[in-house]
Amino acid sequence: MSKEKFITLTSQAVPLSIENIDTDQVIPARFLKATTREGFGENLFRDWRYDGEGKPKSDFVLNDKTYSGKILVAGKNFGCGSSREHAAWAIYDYGFRVVISSFFADIFKGNALNNALLPVQVSDVFLKKILTTVAQKPTTEITIDLQQQKVILEDGSNESFEINPYKKICLTNGYDDIDYLLSLRDEIKVFDTVNS
Amino acid sequence: MTKLTLVERPTQTSEVETGETLSMSHEPKTLFDKIWDAHVVKRSEGYPDALFIDRHFIHEVTSPQAFDGLRKRGVKVFNPSRTTATADHNVPTKDQHLPIKEALSRFQVETLRKNCAEFGVELYDLGHPFQGIVHIIGPELGLTLPGMTIVCGDSHTSTHGAFGNIAFGIGTSEVEQVLATQCVLQYKPKRMKIEINGKLGKGVVSKDIILYVISKISASGATGYFVEYAGDTIRNLSMEARMTICNMSIEMGARGGLIAPDETTFNYIKGRKFAPQGEAFDALVKKWEQLTTDKGATYDKVLTYDAADIAPMITYGTNPGMGIKITDRIPTVAELRDISEQTSFTKSLDYMGLEPGSQLLGKSVDYVFIGSCTNARIEDLRLVANMVKGKQKASGVEVWVIPGSKQVEEQAKKEGLDKIFEAAGFELREPGCSACLGMNEDKVPAGKYCISTSNRNFEGRQGPKSRTFLASPLSAAAAAITGKVTDVRDLV
Ligand code: SF4
Repeated sequence: MSKEKFITLTSQAVPLSIENIDTDQVIPARFLKATTREGFGENLFRDWRYDGEGKPKSDFVLNDKTYSGKILVAGKNFGCGSSREHAAWAIYDYGFRVVISSFFADIFKGNALNNALLPVQVSDVFLKKILTTVAQKPTTEITIDLQQQKVILEDGSNESFEINPYKKICLTNGYDDIDYLLSLRDEIKVFDTVNS
Repeated sequence: MTKLTLVERPTQTSEVETGETLSMSHEPKTLFDKIWDAHVVKRSEGYPDALFIDRHFIHEVTSPQAFDGLRKRGVKVFNPSRTTATADHNVPTKDQHLPIKEALSRFQVETLRKNCAEFGVELYDLGHPFQGIVHIIGPELGLTLPGMTIVCGDSHTSTHGAFGNIAFGIGTSEVEQVLATQCVLQYKPKRMKIEINGKLGKGVVSKDIILYVISKISASGATGYFVEYAGDTIRNLSMEARMTICNMSIEMGARGGLIAPDETTFNYIKGRKFAPQGEAFDALVKKWEQLTTDKGATYDKVLTYDAADIAPMITYGTNPGMGIKITDRIPTVAELRDISEQTSFTKSLDYMGLEPGSQLLGKSVDYVFIGSCTNARIEDLRLVANMVKGKQKASGVEVWVIPGSKQVEEQAKKEGLDKIFEAAGFELREPGCSACLGMNEDKVPAGKYCISTSNRNFEGRQGPKSRTFLASPLSAAAAAITGKVTDVRDLV
């Protein structure tokens, strides 16, 4: 099924300088009861964002009007823990299209790519540079050029990022994996019979 | 619908390999490579492998959107006999015979029911004698076998690797892939070997082994790898203990972990409900005996540990890598392995209400949770019962024992373990994930401390603001009796 196409994005960023953010923080289990993919953005980072009474916590970055944009910048090992794809849905549903970190957990990375959310892995040094730049000037615009595979800051400094060529095609064209797998049905059928 | 056809793929290489052609090569291979390569339906340079999946497990939380996807595409389940469903994450652990009270949970379980009926998938629903936590029922029913590829929309699918197969967690889009095509598109991970040799000390069990390993290599130390556990310490473990180890592979970032099958594996499988029986079984055992890593095969990384260095372990922080020997002190900032983690470390200890450099031993606990796919098999319950027999829980501590499956629950009752728990003041409930992830009513209240046999101590995992200490069933039982974090070696 076609997804939103990703080519180039220029946007402000929201800094979340915490390491090892697990998917239980991105979206706590008690909010996984929905049977559709929409609406999870409301509970993105629920327990960091709201207090026990459901009031926004002023010290959490999503509640801080200084920062906005479609790029989330997070500390290393982002998305560890539970395989819940709801984490990728929540981040996307909230409005982010890119997560920048210096390291991603495997399952999260796969889930994000399957949902038109681009995980951009940069070096620790460049991550620090992005975080300081955004802290100094929250209106800083960051460009993510998927064709060139580059993250570019306003001062022109940039870093390349890796993305698998197949996933790049999927993202730029809005394709998904099932379209491809369905084209292999006959080969899979043979495999299924031989292995049963 | 946009079609991704082969023509649109750039610089397509002609290299297409299948399991058959691969098995003819004589390069020494790891067990992981043997199983993986034998399941590749299509491989092209630069593209993920189309990996055939022998067994697929699903549950109520991560499957509804996948079934919706099938409906939207107008496709059926490729081979329904390869998928098995159960309700576990969101189910109450009390009065399972009554309708689920919480509306959203009830709707999610009902949706699973409807989807399974519509697409012809076998479901072990609430009340069914085979219902239970998905990673507990697969092995106990003989659905999990050596040499297979197994997936589930749940990261602890790694548990099944204890039988010498490739088992890993996937996201919901991938659940849809498997339902629609019996394949997932995957990049082959790197291989890591973790070898443990030597004799385990008194009071040290498999949970301690894996908590020890994770504390050594950190919560992300195995990201990008698939782990093979080896060494005589692992060989000497029971199947149930091996499952505990493989279960927590994901807690160091690995996609999964596996252990080459042996006599212990075959004996466990023999006679299980859906395992091949009689001659068919014997023939399979002959095949399974070949499931070893060849001499001379190489791993991308090898780590070796000495069992004698492992003690009863406990976590103090909010990721499973933050573990210490139960008698050790929590590190100070200066002692951190990676100084860049200082912010996370401080945040974590604040959340836990603990001081850097302080000791956990003697710290009061409010709740004890014995359950989850890590430690809720019959052997775990026996271990706990054996320890608490004739003893009483400390006053002020609430103790929940949540069996991993209906079969575990029945077996526990048959053996009279329920009586032992009752006499000790432990509450034996009905099967489900329960306080492992706090999706049902079983939540640890804000600020309270819970010693838990589960696998994750993330912030809020057991309920908003709950505080979790991960430990073995023995250490959890010890804490239940004393009301404090206790070195089990002082009790046995
Ligand atoms: S018991 Fe816990 S870890 Fe295991 S499947 Fe259930 S929620 Fe996941």
